[in-house]
Amino acid sequence: MIRSFSGLLCALAAAPALHRFGAATVLLLASPVIALEGDPGIHDPSTIMVHQGKFYTYGTGAGLPILVSDDGWTWRRAGSLMEAVKGDRADVLKRGGNNTWAPDVIRSGDKYFVYYSAPATQPRSAIGLLVGTTLDPASPDYGWVDGGPVVWSDGVADNYAIDPGILRDPTSGSLWMTYGSYFGYIRLVQLDPASGKRLYPDREPVNIAINGEASIMIYRDGWYYLLLTRGSCCAGAASSYNIRMGRSRAVTGPFVDNMGIDMLQGGGKLFVGSGGRYIGAGHFGLLDLGDGVQKFSLHFEADLDRGGRSVLDIRPLLWQDGWPVAGENFAAGTYEIQSARTGTSLEMAVEGVPVGGPRARGPGGVGGPGGARAAGEPTPIPAQDAAQVGGKWLTGPVNARLSQYLVQAQQKWDVAAVANVGGYPGSPYFKITVAGTDRALAATAAAELVILPAFTGAPEQLWRIDQLADGTYRVMPKAVPGSDQSLALSAIGSSMPTLARFDPDGNRQHWLFRTP
Amino acid sequence: MKTYRTLLRALLLGAVASALPVAGISAQEAATRAPAPTLQPPASPTKAPDADGFIQRWLILDPIRRPGSLADSAVQAAVKTEYFPDQFTVLPRDGAKVTVRDSALVWHAVDTRRYNVNLYHFAYALSKPTSNVLFWAVTVVNAPRDIPNVRLAICSNAASVWWLNGEEVIGIYNDRQATIDDGVSKRLTLKQGPNIIRAAVINGGGATDFCARFIDERGNPVKDFTVSLNAGKR
Repeated sequence: MIRSFSGLLCALAAAPALHRFGAATVLLLASPVIALEGDPGIHDPSTIMVHQGKFYTYGTGAGLPILVSDDGWTWRRAGSLMEAVKGDRADVLKRGGNNTWAPDVIRSGDKYFVYYSAPATQPRSAIGLLVGTTLDPASPDYGWVDGGPVVWSDGVADNYAIDPGILRDPTSGSLWMTYGSYFGYIRLVQLDPASGKRLYPDREPVNIAINGEASIMIYRDGWYYLLLTRGSCCAGAASSYNIRMGRSRAVTGPFVDNMGIDMLQGGGKLFVGSGGRYIGAGHFGLLDLGDGVQKFSLHFEADLDRGGRSVLDIRPLLWQDGWPVAGENFAAGTYEIQSARTGTSLEMAVEGVPVGGPRARGPGGVGGPGGARAAGEPTPIPAQDAAQVGGKWLTGPVNARLSQYLVQAQQKWDVAAVANVGGYPGSPYFKITVAGTDRALAATAAAELVILPAFTGAPEQLWRIDQLADGTYRVMPKAVPGSDQSLALSAIGSSMPTLARFDPDGNRQHWLFRTP
Repeated sequence: MKTYRTLLRALLLGAVASALPVAGISAQEAATRAPAPTLQPPASPTKAPDADGFIQRWLILDPIRRPGSLADSAVQAAVKTEYFPDQFTVLPRDGAKVTVRDSALVWHAVDTRRYNVNLYHFAYALSKPTSNVLFWAVTVVNAPRDIPNVRLAICSNAASVWWLNGEEVIGIYNDRQATIDDGVSKRLTLKQGPNIIRAAVINGGGATDFCARFIDERGNPVKDFTVSLNAGKR
């Protein structure tokens, strides 16, 4: 059977997909997302950390397994956290048990805090703390110090102390942990950013939600969002796991969903559930890549292409009407690539031919004065493809430009995933070719664009396509020849595409991929 | 009445002449056409670009008749045709004449009062054709120092091809209205001293005009230069 990825390439290349996002439009996906590459098997992944150019996440399992990636696309196992723990964790084991589940991790100052679940028999559990100064196991400074238990549940209190999720409040620098599961409440405590332990150990935790686990908060524009996972885990394709959310103006709640229902009474707006080849969505984590580009991590209980095993996934995080929205990773297909700024579309700069061939102008189009009006049913005009009109095209490199879209062959693009050239969080690199040909869009050393006669796989012909918060896409070459600049496809004037530094506040680098 | 009929005939002739600027214009009619409302002869040795960076001083040749398609290949063929000697290098004086297909055509120095040069006004005032024509335009941009990473940004009704210092940098094709920054070049360097911009604008029917400025990496106008109609070498 296929290694999930390469077989999917063939299937997906044949399936056109609609990518369209607007204030009143539901996100549609006609073909499944492409799975992460390598060995992304994990359960209950922590927030993904970016550390010295690598991506790390930690999960449930013996010793808290580590997954690492050089690019966010291809993942590999890299041992476990507990292999580098000093101390016997006696206090954690006293409060909880000798299991290690569902960690989360955060950087605070020059330290890293890992919080992990150490359950005994439900609902007795503790959440333990590990403190380190680097995430890189190869570093001489690598090692984790036992920070003892932070919170615990004793079987009497209305809580089951598992599934920590950490938020650093950007408005104040304060540190918070949410935790809990189906027994009792999801709870909130404040942490000390210096030590990682509870800042006010004598205060009662705040109850903020019921009917969920794997909770975590994020913040944006004056709102605190509580995301948690509802439904059942751990049953493969029978897992009903789905991620739900509410929001509050205060970090301590109340968290209310879009229907006005408090999460303490079971409220929760759906963020993401099952779809395509993935069943059982759980354990949200925010991955903020800067410049307004955000992704989220999660696991799916069952990746059907990997025999129903639990896997990590990374997807775009969008925002609409004050709520986070789960985006989809880019799917291969044939597209019109339209500038969201200018309303003109990418084309190879060759003379266009009207679809169906030239015809005289007249009122009502074909059949106007001077044209013969055909009797009977009108005959459909077939779509224009490169085979019909490409004979007149230059054989060498051709410029790119933006023009009003007329459904012509030089304006339609095949976007196909490329194997074995790496990727970025959530996706592989893509090639972008004039539909039906091998003519490939490429970056030039002058940071402009060219369409080369044939795709060779060189880095300047590989494209990274990230969905932005508003649903449009940023398109970036893997490399600009002879430069280390990170540039994005950009519209300057209404007919000129170029490459320029990504500006998060403008829309020059916002693109729509439309059904052609 | 005779005076009434004479007046009526004059009015009718005037109305017909206004509607058909191409055909049958009498010498008297030509001599009495009002000057182009948006253009005036240059009144100073140099001119700064306007507040938005648009270049307002140009030498423009009387239009050359050029019926035909506005598509890419047809426009390229039209502008690469040599109509008169040195047409890709000449920096003419105001009033200089060239002969194109047995017609004497004149170069006119103009300042536009607007951001764009209205070629319809230009040609109409001279009693020249405005449809199915090709206009050549030239100007000189004087930069105080090398200015790298700028782009020439133009508009035209309709198609046009542009050169900077002899290198073709923009071509926009098909019938189109003038929209600022419609055609934009790749990144260029304005060199210290004179830089020659040359354009060929081709119109089908109706209105015809063009505009040009330089923009920087962020799309903002570059204004640190002056415009003249000589390269300072005479």
